[in-house]
Amino acid sequence: MAETLDLSVFVKRQDDGTAHLDLAIEGIDCAACIDEIEGGLCRLNGILDARLNYTTHRLAVQWQEGAIAPSAIVDELQRLGYRAHPYRSRLVEEEEARRSQWLLRCLAVAGFASMNIMLLAVSVWSGNATDITPETRDFFHWLAAFIALPAVAYAGQPFFRSALNALRAGRTNMDVPITIGIVLALTMSVVETINHAEHTYFDSAVMLLFFLLCGRYLDQAMRRRTRSVAGNLAALKAEVAHRIDENGEAVLVPTAALNAGDQVLVRPGERVAVDGVVLSGHSELDESLVTGETVRRATVVGDRVYAGSTNYDGTFTLKVTAAGNGTLLDEVERLLESASAAKSRYVQLADRVARAYAPVVHLTAALTAVGWVMMGSSIHDAVITAVAVLIITCPCALALAVPVVQVVASGALFRSNVFLNSGDALERLASIDTIVFDKTGTLTLPEMRVANAGAVRPDLLEAAARLALSSRHPLAAAVAQEARERRPYEEATEDVGQGVRAVVDGVELRLGSPSFCGAVDPEADAAGKEADASVIAFARGDERVILLVRQVLRPDAFETVTALKALGAECRILSGDRPGAVAPIAAALGIREWRGGMKPAEKIAAIEALKAEGRKVLMVGDGLNDAPALATADVSISPITAADLTQAQADAVFLGDRLAPVLDAVTIARRARSLMRQNLMLALIYNLIAVPLAFLGHVTPLVAALAMSGSSTLVTLNALRARATKARTLPETPSPTGTAATVPSLQGI
Amino acid sequence: MEVLIYIVPMALLLGLTGLAAFLWSLKNGQYDDVEGAALRVLKDDDLKR
Repeated sequence: MAETLDLSVFVKRQDDGTAHLDLAIEGIDCAACIDEIEGGLCRLNGILDARLNYTTHRLAVQWQEGAIAPSAIVDELQRLGYRAHPYRSRLVEEEEARRSQWLLRCLAVAGFASMNIMLLAVSVWSGNATDITPETRDFFHWLAAFIALPAVAYAGQPFFRSALNALRAGRTNMDVPITIGIVLALTMSVVETINHAEHTYFDSAVMLLFFLLCGRYLDQAMRRRTRSVAGNLAALKAEVAHRIDENGEAVLVPTAALNAGDQVLVRPGERVAVDGVVLSGHSELDESLVTGETVRRATVVGDRVYAGSTNYDGTFTLKVTAAGNGTLLDEVERLLESASAAKSRYVQLADRVARAYAPVVHLTAALTAVGWVMMGSSIHDAVITAVAVLIITCPCALALAVPVVQVVASGALFRSNVFLNSGDALERLASIDTIVFDKTGTLTLPEMRVANAGAVRPDLLEAAARLALSSRHPLAAAVAQEARERRPYEEATEDVGQGVRAVVDGVELRLGSPSFCGAVDPEADAAGKEADASVIAFARGDERVILLVRQVLRPDAFETVTALKALGAECRILSGDRPGAVAPIAAALGIREWRGGMKPAEKIAAIEALKAEGRKVLMVGDGLNDAPALATADVSISPITAADLTQAQADAVFLGDRLAPVLDAVTIARRARSLMRQNLMLALIYNLIAVPLAFLGHVTPLVAALAMSGSSTLVTLNALRARATKARTLPETPSPTGTAATVPSLQGI
Repeated sequence: MEVLIYIVPMALLLGLTGLAAFLWSLKNGQYDDVEGAALRVLKDDDLKR
């Protein structure tokens, strides 16, 4: 690397003179990588410790301050064959990690308590049937109370807190009946123990807590895994920029180190990494990620440019403006605010059930108490029976019914390269009947490709592609995608604005504008006038070939759209690009309803209109201009290449060049919804059987224990069937240009 | 059955020891890299160096 990257913002300095850096590592695929990375780094002078976390693919390096430059570590890893990206742990992720540790501690305490109490309870049950003395029974009950009370006080916190928060906000959730059930069971058991009674419910209460905590922990672990992959991807996407320092020299820094007011140099072929105003120079920008428009825009001094645009042939300097200062961004943010407010009104299935369930249960318990008193039994017996009703209806299976399915289904989505941003997205995904696609970067690949690759002789194409590796020009980057051997020719020289040339085996190779290569082809000229295709020529000796570079469809777009239609979803295209560019794409995919040239507000209006017809809309888009539309739709998906702001709005993000993950997401979500409904049915049937038994006073602690664990197990086993969902509904076709490498292999799966 | 007075608390104490050991290992970061630990055990870097 000719330039060194200034990583100082990511380095943490400690008091004892050591420095610490966290890196997300790309390219780890086997156990030997651990040794190679750690051993390789420890051979460098000054490195104190290097520890790779194989699960999260993150590396922590410590070294003696000043002994080695952080960029040397990255370079050494590059030499070893791994790409390293500086990683700054985000607050949300640390918060999730703390929460999951806390849940695991609660789970351990509840597990310990339930095992020991069950040991005592089984002794009492068998003793009651044979010859246990009342003294021994009391002793066992007191012991159980001694274990259960502190254990529940500690391990029950996740539920108590959530229930309290809900009540304070004037709502009820599933945790309210859980908390009431557990607290009443414990109170009654203590009272019964004092009265030397035969039955206590310590075992039921603690076992219930254990099962519920299992569900909570699994849910949390799933969410944490998604977050950690998202964190690595964010590090991977983090870009660099050339900042101009006081001496007027350009220093390569990560964009995280840039502040408003800094001056940044943008060279030909680079992605603009920050929003800013052009100070000097002029160029053409490809703003397809920002507006969806595929025609390049000329920029002059004073123009605003947005992060995510690609610079073409000129060099310019820009002044960084604070995020959200641009006119386009302002509009997008304003639209986003109103759209997101509307979305938060969605109520999850589990919460809807909880709202209906809690009052019914508490009413039944009250009726039981009143009924028993009216039939002439003592207040004591009436209260005991009423509490038994509350315990048996404590919604263990009901509370597990939805989250377990969610965990299993998001695991299945994970394997299909789809990551959920929000937990309730599954339910919303399952109910969609209309899919709105953006065109640029969503139906088409985010970067340009050679459109006529099939018509060019393979050896010429390979030579052109290898030559293109030496150029910085975006069109050359598209040609370079075709290279099988990714080693550039030696001594290739680039003539800025013209092309690139090299002499190989005594023959001159040229790649660039048709005039640069001496190839003026009237047919290619005509093709070049189509605004969305660019012409690039290649010459080897006397041979000439014309390459057309344009946006191409994702390899499986047609199959995916066809399969989605077969699922009963209506597909539409709303694009910010010119209608002339949208029409051929719509025709190729067989989509009849499409519109082009739409502004962000028009996209929102179109989606609102669809929603007003009673449709449930899934929006798939990647551009900054799509962000408000994504927030307006009932549910939304973005490719991982989307603009940051857009990705933050999407309910799910998918990886890779294929469109199939969208289909997988819909299929898995529908399967998950049907399993959730089955599970809720199972929980309901359980209650229909258990409540009359409890009402009649037949529920002993033994019956309660069997009923609860039985129903919970049944619900969990049923949820596991979501694993078997056949995610791949399309045949696996190798992508034509060997582009699998663009899928980052970061997650440890 | 007086022996229960000693046996039951002893059983409890053993269980508590197990719980304490688990909580210690959790705090000590033993579960931070579960996959890595499974692979590191196969390294023979303790033979010679």
